[in-house]
Amino acid sequence: MALSFMEGNEALARGAIAAGCNFFAGYPITPATTIFNNMLQMLPPKGGICIQGEDEIASMGYCIGASMAGKKALTATSGPGISLYSEQVSFAIGSEIPLVIADVQRLGPSTGSATRGADSDIQFLRWGSTSGVPVIVLAPTNALDCYELAFYAFNYAEEFRCPVFIASNKEIGMNKESFNMDSITLPSIVERRQYTGNNYLPFKAKNDKAPPFLPIGGKTIVRQTSSTHGPDGYITIDSDTIAKNQARLRNKIHSACNRITLFKDNIKENSDTLVISYGVTSRAVEDAIKILEYKGQSVSSLTLKTLWPVPENLLKEKAKTFKQIIVIEMNLGQYVNEIQRVLKDKKIKFYGQMNGALISPEKIVEVIENE
Amino acid sequence: MNSSIDNCLNTYLNKSRPLVYCPGCTHENITKALDKTFAKLNFEADKTVIVTDIGCSGLFDTFFNVHALHGIHGRALTYASGLKLANPELNVIVTMGDGGLGIGGAHVLASCRRNIDMTLIILNNFNFGMTGGQYSTTTPTNAIVGSEFLNQAEIPLDICAIAKSAGASYITRCSGLDSDLDQKIAKAIEHKGFSMVETLGMCTGRYTKRNKLTPKAIKQIIEDLPQYSGNIEENQRPEYGKLYRDLARKKTNFPEPVTLEKQFDIKNYQRQEVVILGSAGMRIVTAGDIVCYAGLNAGMNVSIKNDYNITVLRGQSVSEILIDPDKIGYTGIESPTIVLALSKEGVQRRQYIFADLKPDTFVLKEKSVAIPDTKASVIEIDFKKLKIKKQDWALASLGVLAKNEKALNKQMLESALKARFNEKVYDIAMETINKTIQ
Repeated sequence: MALSFMEGNEALARGAIAAGCNFFAGYPITPATTIFNNMLQMLPPKGGICIQGEDEIASMGYCIGASMAGKKALTATSGPGISLYSEQVSFAIGSEIPLVIADVQRLGPSTGSATRGADSDIQFLRWGSTSGVPVIVLAPTNALDCYELAFYAFNYAEEFRCPVFIASNKEIGMNKESFNMDSITLPSIVERRQYTGNNYLPFKAKNDKAPPFLPIGGKTIVRQTSSTHGPDGYITIDSDTIAKNQARLRNKIHSACNRITLFKDNIKENSDTLVISYGVTSRAVEDAIKILEYKGQSVSSLTLKTLWPVPENLLKEKAKTFKQIIVIEMNLGQYVNEIQRVLKDKKIKFYGQMNGALISPEKIVEVIENE
Repeated sequence: MNSSIDNCLNTYLNKSRPLVYCPGCTHENITKALDKTFAKLNFEADKTVIVTDIGCSGLFDTFFNVHALHGIHGRALTYASGLKLANPELNVIVTMGDGGLGIGGAHVLASCRRNIDMTLIILNNFNFGMTGGQYSTTTPTNAIVGSEFLNQAEIPLDICAIAKSAGASYITRCSGLDSDLDQKIAKAIEHKGFSMVETLGMCTGRYTKRNKLTPKAIKQIIEDLPQYSGNIEENQRPEYGKLYRDLARKKTNFPEPVTLEKQFDIKNYQRQEVVILGSAGMRIVTAGDIVCYAGLNAGMNVSIKNDYNITVLRGQSVSEILIDPDKIGYTGIESPTIVLALSKEGVQRRQYIFADLKPDTFVLKEKSVAIPDTKASVIEIDFKKLKIKKQDWALASLGVLAKNEKALNKQMLESALKARFNEKVYDIAMETINKTIQ
């Protein structure tokens, strides 16, 4: 057997290439820079385009322009860059522009620590745009996940015509590790659904679907706008039209929630505790469970790889038989709010850490044993 | 939606979207001139896109039967650049007011510097019309605007002078009321590279209510300012998109991932946690990589985390490596099996680990490096005496590990070096290793 050896950031770039990504624009920022470096090595030989924007806002603008011309665009940044992306993210959400955004998270707030990891942006990614329209956020636990989730992210971006975030972490992105690339099984590549009729209305769509796409520069004239628009892509103040569109933007994501719920579980018989986690923390949770198993204690785990939309049905189903739920996060409590909201009737314990260091398996064992 | 076929009578204006500017607004003249320009250049509507942002200049895209992208204030040039790079066949026209000019200043500079083939038409009417006539980056100091006294404390900028110094290859400044405006815009569009047309005009809804500004006065302002009427000779150079594509075309090698086959079967290999404590310039990261390659050659799972300063030529350089026959979960190091103490800075960075090291931890320390008290067995080596340069200490210490069969053996190390280096570097590396492995 042969093992490949790479950083999470390189794996993410390779996953994007495998998904058909052919445009990248970004601005250097630790710990996301090596995604940019890798795309710069990989895109030109594939005939793709890779450029450095004058800043993060511009990088997102280039991606939006390229996506509207039909390209599959990726950008990568960290928390401070997500702050700058925000207005363009809103545009991409509201105007249904497919994009994949890698957020290799670092310790915030603000400039924070360039080289210290944390899952700082979990709520920010969901709510860091105007309007509250849902987005899709995927969370890898290791380099292999970075590869696979980058691929899924493109498929989702194309299908739902929305920005899809990959919430990576410095501790994954800049950690180099081995994995077996032959073990990767991927679904087929999803391409943007093209309009085939005669009277194209760029935002006409079924109630729970993204509209079919035509590129700017194609035979049919296309309108794209950041303003509140009707199906024709012109500004509208008609409240019924606005309401329908707002509902559709929510429905297209929420109605597909079960289908886009990615996770890994390790459910054991005779265990009354379920540990829920995501990202790099899930690795320590798995180690902690092994330590407890050795000690004769049976504990189950659920690793969420789709964080948004919140996989409510999965959470309810998996938590059903457990007496208590423990949520562990590399922040002081962000996603636990969603778990508490969904699992109202459960006893939920939380442990969070935000000090630039990984949460160790020993700490998690302690949290579980102190129950 | 109207398709290109509807562009009859040689106009690109959308019949169902009449112009809605305030009476007397210069934007109307510019809209009509742009329409004439398209006709003059015989543009195909489906190969043309108008990119706009916010404000009255942002209405432009709605009046034309061409592709349109209307986006966020000040950012029009960023979308336009993405479109043009993605589809070089497109004719890309950007309209922007003096508001967008101020907000998106960085993008104007970048566009001038980069020279992507597209045309920016600036509609400078000296104030923010849509929000109530507030002052902009082009409002004269003595103008009366909707910002009380604020504009009296600033000076307006000359975007043409700025664009020239930023490398714009084509700049025209003119009145938005010029009768030959269509020709001026056409010439700008025909330029191969980034072209900018600054039009000066009247905002009748706001600005001219309190400031005397006539077509004649605009002409005078333009005459009084430095003249810009086309090519900027000193900034002529190849267009960015073509240059980019020519350069990118030469990059033909797709970098395949580093993949290592298992070469040896090591019986009863126990999980190793290796910490290399060094400084910038000691090739610590490379040594860490080699340890990982050695592990991969033995069919192990590996993980490496590096900690170095952002000022890469100074300070500590620490590598933390895991080698494990099983899948690696947590990537932190809790109980090292091997510590290589090769520099003071590296040791300082992780001095807290020494107190808890186990008696069977293998600590290799260079003679000149002091380490805190520890229960671990410490081997000291004098690299200086062995005539090994500091930059090779990390590599040389791998020879010591191989000799003692700690984490790797001679065979694993040699094959790792072969996989990591070319033949020449491999030979040099082996010279160093041979000083410590014997």
